[in-house]
Amino acid sequence: MLRVETIDMHYGAAQALSDVSLTAEVGKVTCLLGRNGVGKTSLLRSIVGRKRVSRGSIRWNDTELDGLRPDQRARLGVASVPQGREIFPLLTVQENLEVGFAPLPRAERFVPDEVFELFPVLKDMLGRRGGDLSGGQQQQLAIGRALVTRPTLLVLDEPTEGIQPSIIKDIGTAISHLRDQGTMAILLVEQYFDFARDLGDSFFVMDRGSIVQSSGKDDMVEADVRRWLTV
Amino acid sequence: MKESNALLYLDNVNVAFDGFKAINNLSLYIEPGELRAVIGPNGAGKTTMMDIITGKTRPDSGDVLWKGEHDLTKLDEADSARLGIGRKFQKPTVFETHTVYDNLRLALKADRGVWPTLFARQSAAERARIDEYLTLIRLTDRAEDLAANLSHGQKQWLEIGMLLAQEPELLLVDEPAAGMTDDETMETATLLRDIAGERSVIVVEHDMAFVRALDVKVSVLHEGSLLAEGTLQHVSDDPRVIEVYLGR
Repeated sequence: MLRVETIDMHYGAAQALSDVSLTAEVGKVTCLLGRNGVGKTSLLRSIVGRKRVSRGSIRWNDTELDGLRPDQRARLGVASVPQGREIFPLLTVQENLEVGFAPLPRAERFVPDEVFELFPVLKDMLGRRGGDLSGGQQQQLAIGRALVTRPTLLVLDEPTEGIQPSIIKDIGTAISHLRDQGTMAILLVEQYFDFARDLGDSFFVMDRGSIVQSSGKDDMVEADVRRWLTV
Repeated sequence: MKESNALLYLDNVNVAFDGFKAINNLSLYIEPGELRAVIGPNGAGKTTMMDIITGKTRPDSGDVLWKGEHDLTKLDEADSARLGIGRKFQKPTVFETHTVYDNLRLALKADRGVWPTLFARQSAAERARIDEYLTLIRLTDRAEDLAANLSHGQKQWLEIGMLLAQEPELLLVDEPAAGMTDDETMETATLLRDIAGERSVIVVEHDMAFVRALDVKVSVLHEGSLLAEGTLQHVSDDPRVIEVYLGR
């Protein structure tokens, strides 16, 4: 279980996160919602280790993550699908997937079949350069690359952004499949409300660097959440 | 030409990057002395719009006119600054090792040739102007402190003051409230309302509490076009605006 407790985070003197607490359970999709600029990505950066927090703690299965480098967190099972995908455009699909080998012991350095079962298109394009894929295919590749690391905490930052509807549906199916396996906690940052509502087991809403609302699947009041997302 | 009384006039502007239409038939008019808020989801074209106004990006088509006479599409960033367009980027960029006062002094509009600079003496008029800016940006008490010792919000105010010192007629301000405390955010809204009137201000912001406090006309951009315009209440009731914010 991921436990983020009362964290603050600053960029220089500018405060991006204030007193943020959040939990994400294994076998569940935890959604983090909010308009742009409210701190969602900053929170993910602190979880995956790209930015230190200035206060509070981030624990993954009782291991304190704060202070660990991103590669150390990756060895503990933390994998990230960054916003904008950030695949390597000049590497082939195969090579992009192999980037995920880095935290693995030698014996586990192969691409699990599951990646191609979830995203068959990747199998057909193994020799193609990442940069030549469509946006939706690149998003699938970024998720595939994260799955190669055998994550137990999968963090996705706006996986539907700029993606065509048919692929959004495939990505949704993949995320619920991964959830149902019950082996990983999934933390999903979204601005596409319907997508998050259909997938999420619990919901946290951010505004101005703080969590302003949290609810479970059953007690989530759509109108209350939407109020924080629209202007 | 229509709308020739507008300070800034964008009409049917288009920009594509590698086939991606970042700005799509965008039209926008800013009156002299007006304070305007611009909002929109990620990738709406807010930054590209400011790049076009300041000559950093050239549009593929469309008119961008300053006071109805200068064609901004033909000018570069330095030209637009000389015309009176000041731009503040999101991150504060002040000279941290100088005092607040000296930061403003460095920014004053003046002849910056070698000899005038070398033999510059501060006039009483300049001192009075700096005092006026210090009052506006709420930093009179901090004039002799190093900029490095200001809070994040105060640094943003100082940079706004440095822009004012260049005597612009239009200020473009990008997400000033990001990272500010609640009090600083509200004070910044008042500050921008104070400085508008004598010049025009376009402020891009995501912070809705801030936009509400500005209480001015809001332009909503989406996919490079103007989606809606009016009071915050008006645009927030617009079903198309609701839809784009919910990501549909």
